[in-house]
Amino acid sequence: MEIVRPDSVAGVLDALASHPDALVLAGGTDTMVLVNAGALRPEYVISLRHVEDLKAWNARFIGAGVTYARLEESEIAALAELSRTVGSPQIRAAGTLGGNLGTASPAGDALPFLAAVDATIELVSKHGSRTMPWDEFLIGPKQNALEPAEIILGAHLPDDMPWRTAFAKIGVRQAMVISIASVCVTRNEAGETTVALGAVGPTVLRARRAEMMVSAEKDPDEAALDEFQRLVSEESRPITDHRSTAEYRRMAVGVLARRALERCLV
Amino acid sequence: MTTRADTEVGVAFGVGESAPRPDGIPKVTGHFAYASDLHAQDMLWGATRRAPHAHATITSVDVGPAVAMPGVHAVLTYDDLPAERFQGQIVTDQPVLADGTIRYWGEVVAIVAADDPTTARAAADAIEVEYEYLDPLTDVDEALAAGEVLREAVAYRGVRDVHGAVVVEATYETATQDQAPLGNEAGIAIPDGAGGIDVYGPTQWTHVDHEQIVACLGLRPEEVRVHPTGLGGAFGAREDLSLQTHLCLLALQSGRPVRMVFGRAESFAAHVKRHAARMYYRHEADLDGNLVRVEAKLLLDGGAYSMTSPAVVANAVGFAVGPYRCPNVFIDGYALRTNNPPAGAMRGFGAVQTGFAVESQMDRLAEELGMDPLELRLLNAIGPGDVLATTGQVITEPLPTREVIESVRAMPLPEDSISSDVRDLPGGTGLTTPSSVVVRGVGYAVGFKNLAFSEGFDDFAEARLTLTPVGIDIHTAAIEVGQGMVTVLEQIARTVTGVESVRVVFDHTSQIGSAGSTSASRQTQMTGGAVMRAAEQLRTEILEHYGAEALSNDGVWRNGELVVSLVEACLEREFSAHVRHRHQETDEPDENGQGNLHVDFAVSAHRAVVDVDPVLGLVKVVKIDTAQDVGFALNPMSVIGQIEGGTMQGIGLAIMEELVIDHGVVRNASFTDYLLPTFLDAPPVEAVLIEQPSSWGPFGAKGFAELPTISSTPAVVAALRAATGKALTRVPVRPEDIAF
Repeated sequence: MEIVRPDSVAGVLDALASHPDALVLAGGTDTMVLVNAGALRPEYVISLRHVEDLKAWNARFIGAGVTYARLEESEIAALAELSRTVGSPQIRAAGTLGGNLGTASPAGDALPFLAAVDATIELVSKHGSRTMPWDEFLIGPKQNALEPAEIILGAHLPDDMPWRTAFAKIGVRQAMVISIASVCVTRNEAGETTVALGAVGPTVLRARRAEMMVSAEKDPDEAALDEFQRLVSEESRPITDHRSTAEYRRMAVGVLARRALERCLV
Repeated sequence: MTTRADTEVGVAFGVGESAPRPDGIPKVTGHFAYASDLHAQDMLWGATRRAPHAHATITSVDVGPAVAMPGVHAVLTYDDLPAERFQGQIVTDQPVLADGTIRYWGEVVAIVAADDPTTARAAADAIEVEYEYLDPLTDVDEALAAGEVLREAVAYRGVRDVHGAVVVEATYETATQDQAPLGNEAGIAIPDGAGGIDVYGPTQWTHVDHEQIVACLGLRPEEVRVHPTGLGGAFGAREDLSLQTHLCLLALQSGRPVRMVFGRAESFAAHVKRHAARMYYRHEADLDGNLVRVEAKLLLDGGAYSMTSPAVVANAVGFAVGPYRCPNVFIDGYALRTNNPPAGAMRGFGAVQTGFAVESQMDRLAEELGMDPLELRLLNAIGPGDVLATTGQVITEPLPTREVIESVRAMPLPEDSISSDVRDLPGGTGLTTPSSVVVRGVGYAVGFKNLAFSEGFDDFAEARLTLTPVGIDIHTAAIEVGQGMVTVLEQIARTVTGVESVRVVFDHTSQIGSAGSTSASRQTQMTGGAVMRAAEQLRTEILEHYGAEALSNDGVWRNGELVVSLVEACLEREFSAHVRHRHQETDEPDENGQGNLHVDFAVSAHRAVVDVDPVLGLVKVVKIDTAQDVGFALNPMSVIGQIEGGTMQGIGLAIMEELVIDHGVVRNASFTDYLLPTFLDAPPVEAVLIEQPSSWGPFGAKGFAELPTISSTPAVVAALRAATGKALTRVPVRPEDIAF
């Protein structure tokens, strides 16, 4: 196994051009599990750890190489909250936002946030860069729109970030657990609300009918919140697997969304 | 120059002190050699090929592609087995390699040895195996109907048609728990060049492994030496053979040392589990709360092979009524053969399953009677002189059932206020649960179990103590699995002899006789008892030889003067004492399961305080208090460590630990999805030690380390019932069990 450690995006793309089957490695918190299990036997590894460009982070952009340990310090409530739920301190020190995008699991903790704020994803190759909405990038369970010889540069956030955001996630222990349902809710001063759901569909989902309903409520009362909760559950598309049942996930994601919205209304 | 005063103040780190573990610093600093650290020159790597189905017929096996791979030195299947083709410590019914039928997921079809682990894995994968899939039998009621009984054990006492005025009836279930030891299975077998072999593998009892391996290799007993290895936990998972026979077969076939190290996923397939159980219970009491009649049918899922199921089901039956008086008892217990992964020993050994059911029944009965649940227990509690409800035997040793209940009741409860730190709320950092929705519950439970081996088993442990120029060596075949036996053996030898410089030498099977298994909470009393007696003999022999009255690190003392140093004594002659220690004989059960089946018992009580999000069904255990019957705490810190660890294992079973098995196939064979409690799930544990000395344990000590696991599970579930009003008849309690 050969490992190269370029220090620039151009260096990564050069290495990728000469080794199209290379494994691109960031934090390795998903990838190394597969390697250790023998499911992945890379011959050529391109490490991203020394690429400073990927670690850029500002109010409008989060580089693919930004770790959850850093994102825990974000001033955006939901971003800090979701980052705190990722694995253990060791995993948060290694795992990156780009990893969630690369793996594209519907349970990826950062993905409901990116969906809720309508982030766009920037990809880069030798032919230049392209930027696409999150829902064109995340196209199925563990499937994304990344082309060979292309890497994820990062996620762009909108200019007008919502006023309040909240994230919540259910797992069957207090920490270090894969989500069985998660939500991110945003609400701006005009009452416009978005809600994105994780681990209750083949990809991260937006509950558009619930959003529309509650965005029209300037000061949602109990009945409105009940209806919001009901619509979120209805719009989820969960399955039963070894982690939970579809019935529980459907119920729980509605409750989570309502509680997250209530945090945004305070 | 040492003065007499030094010997009079007593030896340092003797019994009753929190002496440090000799292996503590090496383990913390990474210098301790675990089984996975073993190497040998010219070593090959072994790998297994396991079946992906729970039940199938093997229609063809072609090892050709594996044999043809460069670097492959041995490929073996059932047809290559040289002697006995089946193994098992109680019943010899498990094929060493699959015998044409696959009876559980992960059964080993073939084994290979190759130059390196990658080649070994590739070779194992290259073997072409064709299966004809068969429907798996996975339900215990169906297995009982089909007559697939590994053992039936009963306890019949009293009169069947006597009834109580108050009746509670329910069915309880416990799911499959895994011991989940941090150390995966690993080992090495090294041919001795003369036809014999040395094997190092994960074990709790080398001598019982030895019997099975010898038979399967067709060698003479002295040609096989089973060595202990550094173990990263056991909890029962190492009571049955995992990779030892396979390593020996590959090493003898290739003529080279062979090593295997399993990954986490394979580890889940490689060791036995705690029996899943379905338990039908009916309790009857009079209007005052006196138990009149208990009837139960216990179905334990033994999986594909016997393993220790025959003993586990006997224990489940024996403790099915708890430490309570009851004149009329009718328990039918069955260990059933299914196509689920084989079940065997796990901390608590049958008493965990019935402990959950019977304590749940006591709460249900208290509610029906309108009684305080602890008062009901105190009313029916047994102690010395009382009769064990299931076997009819009289309790002759201390049994502080009332004391553990009263002690735990007297402990202060935590403050009522719900924490505002998210890590203390249900759902933790997931921010699922505002404190305004949280409901608190408090629950109690009692645990009860036998100590050491029962049912007439010839239970003994050997120890040999020898004087060395620097101190005393304690030779034993007893296995240290992390529990701290190594420390208490040293403490016992120090206190008895006065020599502080002692060490434990872990012998292989040809060097010393059996110590019995490190299980059944028995080693402190059994090997500890052997060490105490051998230490007494050694001390007497040395003192009589020199006409002296004391020993120390410096040597032998008479009238306050040093007579000889240890070096001088060792040069003069060999001083050594070898003891085989037995506990009092027990009976085999009669046809009604009656007799003095058990030599001794221990009890425990737990109180759990839980905070629950009743809408989402999420749980945070806030605090656990416990009182434990320990006889005498030889090492208080070690006792507390066992209580904390055992309690956490019980909390795990109560709220999260479940091997999810679907049509016989394990769906969560990883630590990503087999959830163990993390530090944030661990509540503070306060423990009161009840020290009523045992007549036969060293310095009055009793085994106890299974007990915290038995009473913590039902205490947590009782607290969840108090918080939610749900029946919660199954563990682990899942979020959906509370939410819906």
